[in-house]
Amino acid sequence: MSILADEDTRVVVQGMTGREGMFHTARMIEYGTVVRAGVTPGKGGRNAGGVPVFNTVAEAVESEQVNTSCIFVPPPFAADAVMEAAAAGIRLIICITEGIPVLDALKVVEVVKERGSILIGPNCPGVISPGKTKVGIMPGPIHRPGNIGVISRSGTLTYEVVDQLSREGLGQSSCIGIGGDPIVGSSFIDLLEMFRVDDQTHGVVLVGEIGGNAEEQAAAYIIKNFDKPVVSFIAGRSAPPGKRMGHAGAIISGGQGGAEEKIRSMKDAGITVCLDLPTLGSTVKSIMTGSGGN
Amino acid sequence: MLRTSNKPEWRQKNMKLHEYQAKELFNKWNIPVPAGVLITDEKSAVEKIQSMNSSPPWVVKAQVHAGGRGKAGGVQLVSSKDEAVSAISRLLGGRLVTHQTGPEGAVVRKVLLEEGLAIEREFYLSVTIDRSAGRPIVIFSPSGGMDIEALAASTPELIFREHVDPSLGWMPYQTRNIAYRIEPLPEAGVIRQIGEAIRNLYNLFISCDCSLVEINPLVTTSSGRIVAADAKLDVDNNALFRQKQLASIYDYEEMDPLEREAGEFDLSYIRLDGSVGCMVNGAGLAMATMDVIQAAGASPANFLDVGGGAGEEKIGRGLEIILSDKHVKAVLINIFGGILRCDLLAKGVCSAASKVSVDLPMIVRLRGTNAEEGAAILKESGLRFRVAGDLAEAAALVQEVVGEN
Repeated sequence: MSILADEDTRVVVQGMTGREGMFHTARMIEYGTVVRAGVTPGKGGRNAGGVPVFNTVAEAVESEQVNTSCIFVPPPFAADAVMEAAAAGIRLIICITEGIPVLDALKVVEVVKERGSILIGPNCPGVISPGKTKVGIMPGPIHRPGNIGVISRSGTLTYEVVDQLSREGLGQSSCIGIGGDPIVGSSFIDLLEMFRVDDQTHGVVLVGEIGGNAEEQAAAYIIKNFDKPVVSFIAGRSAPPGKRMGHAGAIISGGQGGAEEKIRSMKDAGITVCLDLPTLGSTVKSIMTGSGGN
Repeated sequence: MLRTSNKPEWRQKNMKLHEYQAKELFNKWNIPVPAGVLITDEKSAVEKIQSMNSSPPWVVKAQVHAGGRGKAGGVQLVSSKDEAVSAISRLLGGRLVTHQTGPEGAVVRKVLLEEGLAIEREFYLSVTIDRSAGRPIVIFSPSGGMDIEALAASTPELIFREHVDPSLGWMPYQTRNIAYRIEPLPEAGVIRQIGEAIRNLYNLFISCDCSLVEINPLVTTSSGRIVAADAKLDVDNNALFRQKQLASIYDYEEMDPLEREAGEFDLSYIRLDGSVGCMVNGAGLAMATMDVIQAAGASPANFLDVGGGAGEEKIGRGLEIILSDKHVKAVLINIFGGILRCDLLAKGVCSAASKVSVDLPMIVRLRGTNAEEGAAILKESGLRFRVAGDLAEAAALVQEVVGEN
């Protein structure tokens, strides 16, 4: 298997006729992704790069039975686009758009959950199950099919990690960027739970960074529930203090959020933490071969 | 100085307003604030002081975008007009060094003169987003005025939290949840005012797309009034497209000049203390690259994320900004090409480097889309780039360069 996206994924691209939408739709099709529809209000009935364009997501669902959306809509309209996809019954919604106001993101996350859909992002590179499908903006050629799951809050840092894995001969089952914004649709834990029950995934690389407490929560989950090997990297150890928000954020996170706190919680959970990014690929290799993972 | 968990919010960008601007907004949203006047030059100080409706004591408060003003002498109590004049002239044009400004301090360009309050009790009140709950949260403490983070660490039971359902807004029962935990219990009139203040502050938070509003202290006066003695307000940068009025009052003079210039080109730049400049695409990889520099025995001079869709010109500007920091002794460019093509990057870097005639060692690591073409452009440029194939090689080159210096 793999998680979230595979050969059965039928994609609608919202905001397809824009510059980024067109560019990445072409890259997805090149990769082998089944892109069946685009949505741009007012441009329904046209054809863009061989893909039919619809005015609404509901029309695209009815006509093309799409089940996954990839969103490139500009920030002021992106929250509405996510809600439209959820209302039309899209199961997996991947929001690439960067710059959505936090208060919009809050509402969207609640609505998507109520509808029973899964939201990845916003502000994320998307989801790829190498060799099967790619729904997002990551460079396809650096990926290889295999047994490592990758979850990350970052975009290009994920590419760096995947590239190192592939060069070590370690393929990936699925790679997901959950998004760099304070409020995102799916957490590390949501995805770890999917990787836990995925036969193809033998181990997970978790790429975190300073700020928030998603890594600490993931560590707490892993201790209790996750028995596949996990290797983690936390970006931002060199980031000096200062330049922060007022006190309220610090009160909420209660002493969590710094790189050292995150690394400590990860280590306490039995997770291998790689401290030197250039050696991440080789670290994962030694762990995975040691545990007979691949 | 207590610093429980100062972590920079490298991704989440917020626009800070001055205290006096926040108080103008409070006033509009019916959150009581002290009467006061803003003074921006010494000449008009006397005239402005005359316009105060109350008699001294007054409070003189430096308006800078940094916390810790009180301990740094930026907030002074004065008991006469003469004292006010001299406090104002001391502060205006001077530099205020707080634990958040760095050793060079922040220039004080504006001063707020306010009525003194006969304070009976001090509370703490803020609204922000709780990322893990995915909801706005109201935080209240009956022990305001103090270092609230220290309080949260030592006596967490004195920090009251109420999440708010955005579709309902602040509910009256939530005021009761907070008010009836305050010991000793304030009188009914004060509880009612606290409830109104929270509701109004929450509405302001939502209407203005804030990421934080904080009142410390929220005071009760001897006449039974509730007043916001201080005010801190940050706006979510992502929402500025619909908060144009707020965007227009932002005080750009408070920004580091290089950060300001970077912002104009939509580059995310944060100036740091080290000597190895870096330019990276993506915030996560940028932080990781700073870590690589540190692990190589040097320290990063900046954080610079050029973003995904950067073009040749933007790259050039980014490099110019890095190089205009005089502390920079070497530069590491680390690009993982996806949307951003490495050949475009290389062209931008070459044209910028030839313009500013750099003598510094420049290490470039390119990977991903059109990396070979990019590397070829750098080699043919005649400029002295050191090209690294992967991150390990880049780290080794940084180490080498630092050793040379």
